Amino acid sequence: MWDNIMVLAAAPVFNVQLILDGLFIGAIFALAGYGLALVWGVMNVKNLAQGELVIMGGYFAYVMTQLGLHPLLALIPAFAIMFGFGWLVYKIIISKVIERDLFTSLLATFGLALVIQQGLNLAFGPEVQTAQSGMEIRSIFGGNVTVADIRVLSLILCAILAGLVVLFMKHSRMGQAIRATSQDPRAARVMGIDTEKVYAFTFALNAAICGAAGVLISMIWVIQPFYGVPHSIRAFVVVTAAGLGNLPGVIIAALGLGVAEQYSGFVLGAEFQQATVVMLLIFVLMWRQFQMSKNRQVVQ
Amino acid sequence: MIKEKYLHAGLLVFGVLAPFLFPNYTVQISLLWIMILFALTWDTLGGQMGYNSLGNIVFFGVGMYISAIVQIGVVYDVALYTSPDGAALTGNFAPAQYYTGLALGILAAAVGCVILAVLFSQVFFGLRGPYFAIGTLGLALAAGELVGAWDYVGGGGGIALPVFPSDPKSQGIFFYYLCLVSALATYVFLRWLYNTRFGLAINAIRDDEEKAEAMGIHTKRHKTAAWCTSAFFLGISGALFGNMTGFIEPLEVAFPTITFGIFMVAMALLGGKGTLWGPILGAIVFHLIKEVTWTYLLGWQWIALGTLIIINVVYFQQGILGWARDKWPDLFGLTVDEAMSSGSEKRGSS
Amino acid sequence: MTTKMKTLPFAVLSASALALALAAPAYAKVEGDTITLGSAISFTGKYSTNGIHAKNGYDLAVKQINAAGGVKVGGKSYKLKIVYYDDESTPARTGQLLERLINQDGVKFMLGPYSSATTKAAAPIIEKYKIPMVEAEGASRSLFTKGYKYLFAVLSTSEQYLASTIALAAQIAEKSGKKASDVKVAMAFENDPFSQDVRAGVIEDVKKFGMKIIIDDKLPRDLNDMSATLTKTKALKPDLLLVSGHSKGAVTAGRQIQEMKIAVPMIALTHCEAGKLVSKFGAAVDDFLCPTQWAETLSYKGDLFGTAADYDKLFKATFANYKNVPYQSAQASAAVMVWKAAFENAQSFDTEKVRDALSAVELNTFYGKIKFSSAGNNIAKPMVLRQIQNGTYNVVAPAEWASHKVNYPRKAN
Repeated sequence: MWDNIMVLAAAPVFNVQLILDGLFIGAIFALAGYGLALVWGVMNVKNLAQGELVIMGGYFAYVMTQLGLHPLLALIPAFAIMFGFGWLVYKIIISKVIERDLFTSLLATFGLALVIQQGLNLAFGPEVQTAQSGMEIRSIFGGNVTVADIRVLSLILCAILAGLVVLFMKHSRMGQAIRATSQDPRAARVMGIDTEKVYAFTFALNAAICGAAGVLISMIWVIQPFYGVPHSIRAFVVVTAAGLGNLPGVIIAALGLGVAEQYSGFVLGAEFQQATVVMLLIFVLMWRQFQMSKNRQVVQ
Repeated sequence: MIKEKYLHAGLLVFGVLAPFLFPNYTVQISLLWIMILFALTWDTLGGQMGYNSLGNIVFFGVGMYISAIVQIGVVYDVALYTSPDGAALTGNFAPAQYYTGLALGILAAAVGCVILAVLFSQVFFGLRGPYFAIGTLGLALAAGELVGAWDYVGGGGGIALPVFPSDPKSQGIFFYYLCLVSALATYVFLRWLYNTRFGLAINAIRDDEEKAEAMGIHTKRHKTAAWCTSAFFLGISGALFGNMTGFIEPLEVAFPTITFGIFMVAMALLGGKGTLWGPILGAIVFHLIKEVTWTYLLGWQWIALGTLIIINVVYFQQGILGWARDKWPDLFGLTVDEAMSSGSEKRGSS
Repeated sequence: MTTKMKTLPFAVLSASALALALAAPAYAKVEGDTITLGSAISFTGKYSTNGIHAKNGYDLAVKQINAAGGVKVGGKSYKLKIVYYDDESTPARTGQLLERLINQDGVKFMLGPYSSATTKAAAPIIEKYKIPMVEAEGASRSLFTKGYKYLFAVLSTSEQYLASTIALAAQIAEKSGKKASDVKVAMAFENDPFSQDVRAGVIEDVKKFGMKIIIDDKLPRDLNDMSATLTKTKALKPDLLLVSGHSKGAVTAGRQIQEMKIAVPMIALTHCEAGKLVSKFGAAVDDFLCPTQWAETLSYKGDLFGTAADYDKLFKATFANYKNVPYQSAQASAAVMVWKAAFENAQSFDTEKVRDALSAVELNTFYGKIKFSSAGNNIAKPMVLRQIQNGTYNVVAPAEWASHKVNYPRKAN
């Protein structure tokens, strides 16, 4: 561990590589995290199938390459079809658990995650897949740092997508309805907003965002039917750390998580990379609890 | 409750005679007892106290590893045993060494898990509602990763446990009865516990923690004690399961968070949480469905299981017993006061 | 009404007996003219890619043997059949399923699961029931140091996977005027029983040559990113990079080594073929070294399938989606051939007699020679090292099997 820190100190240029890799991947975490924050904030549903939605999106890119097309083109069908899929899932499952206690949504979406995993396994087989973007890979700092164009592009796409969603939320009729519902569903209903439709739209939008994230993931990392779980955990870390309804917080938390993973992999060794994510989750929860306990007066 | 003693007698007779009536199913029925233990101990927190833990599996895994370390440690240096050179040592346990190790191992597993539960309680019971669920889920996932990075216990390479010093049939029966006894002990203990003041106190915490606190119940102490109870029995089950499997490793065998860890929740919910018989019933039904789908729906079994969980929590959340109680309330010793119950929830006294 | 109360949980309890019986369709070990083999193998979970490769190998051999007249015992010819269960890539499940195969289904002859982890869980069970198992996919050396009597493996054990790579690195270093002990080694091995056993073998070999290990990372199971390890590789500039992590490790490494322009002169990966590296990454994986249990270009030959090349052709014709035949499939087929030979030599279905026949099997196959040591591993077949050269796998070591010269240093892209 100490050796690895010395390496970074002796050749600081590698910090650039770690930070860049962390930021690029963190941008994609931010998408899935933002989707989760949306459904959590608006309808109080904790979606454990978040990672599975991401992986599903990834398979759109894989199918595109099988058809001989560029995987980036998959963004459009992935967004559209996942939107429809999200709507369907809402109608069948989520609409029934919204009014129930919080634990119900966790468990129902866990069941959904199992079904999606196995469905993907039956449809595409268990093999690890990737989608090759075929784009340029650039070297900077005399070859010590490499930047794949696809990563830069995916960062830009993430930013554009996030920007569009924000604009949509602010200015469209539906976006305003979503925000109104998240503040007070009852009042929104009184004001004539069809909250049922708002909920369905929100969940569908989340699925669509995850689908887009999946397309990007498949070109940067690898996908496999059973790889959803780590993505779900990351989304939960990001949202718990950022708090609900805090878009800048989600972005910062996601980018920070991406960088933290890279550093823990480098300094502690790759075996701690995933452990770091879950430890961060626990740490964030503890920290929140500590924050809250300051406001809570109980004689124990 | 009417005629519960017939149920007890039936269960006991089935339990004792099963290995002779169904000699080929000994392992599956042993596993059934472990599943019953899982569901019962999960329900202590989830059903009776209202704290939905997704990380109880951590005690199962820790118990398994503590027991393994003790069993090996009474004879060999653990670090050597788990290193690649130590692989040949597995079979070299004399019967006396084996049984001493096993007894000490199970004891240490139970005690160790209780100590750990006390520590975890300090940290995790500050979390409420879904945050408790997510936090404990994180705990279980982290435990698997961390044990996997710990070379002393073989890391991700796992440990081969000492080999049972007799023939397979007697091993099967030996561990069968250990599983039976621990599941029955769990049942008897919890049955007693829920009828004490302690049971009422944790029910009060479930119904309204703030009010319970206001009424002078020391909530934190009660919560800790309840988790320790679960941990105690889960630790034992881990020690037994490890020895039945023979080879343990962190992610799949010891800390199977997304299989056993979620199964225990699903089973309790299926049977009806917050009741004593619900988790038992749920475990039996779940185990049967699982074994049957694994045989007949190869490749589709997870879809079947996921669908079952969804249907269960979305459309059938009161569980089998809850449904039965609504349907035939007088069987459960409930008399429904029509005037009182209109609009308010029916509560059982079982 | 009270009766209903009793009947509800009671009905469930007593239904358990019925349903448990349902849970096990009856198979006898030999029924009519069919011999039933059993296997709990990974159709789902992290080993499932290779689990399917192995299953395809088993099935192809069964089909071929049955088509060629089956297994002849006592003047009668029997057909082979395999009962599968899905172990979900978890050793905890393997044990239960084997108990079920043995006790409920009455299967007396086993084929192995995929991976060392699950085989490690299987070995104590078959040993305690004295049921022979021929396995093709569990390479851990520690499986063969415990004195198991009923376990037979057709493949070479884990310490041999990267041994010839290290020998090659030492040889190259000496040829270029350096000492073997100057070689710096970087290792990234998955944290699972198989890769950790490979690692143990590597550490021994590395010690023998006095090489230095400068990176020793364990890759997590849900492996989809190893860029931190590769950044370290860039910083420390090793002469040799070793990666082992089943198919997903190979694919992740293939992608990220390309993406980060890792310029290590020599890179060796396990499971290149199973991960389908060439069809995924094309020229980017050129000059990678890949240890393999078997290669279709080797001059092995035997009954049933003919030469290694014939097997390759037949396999591709049967399973259209394979561009390269993974050795996992080839050795699975070989395991079924071993069973046929053992039954025919024993002329009996008594498990003890069959076990003795197994231990005496000497067979020339398309997969190489098969002869078991007293520990049960196959000592007659070497592992070979192949290099991906312009998209094809060419054998470069050991010298007696080499068809091509090794490209060194590998061209960095």
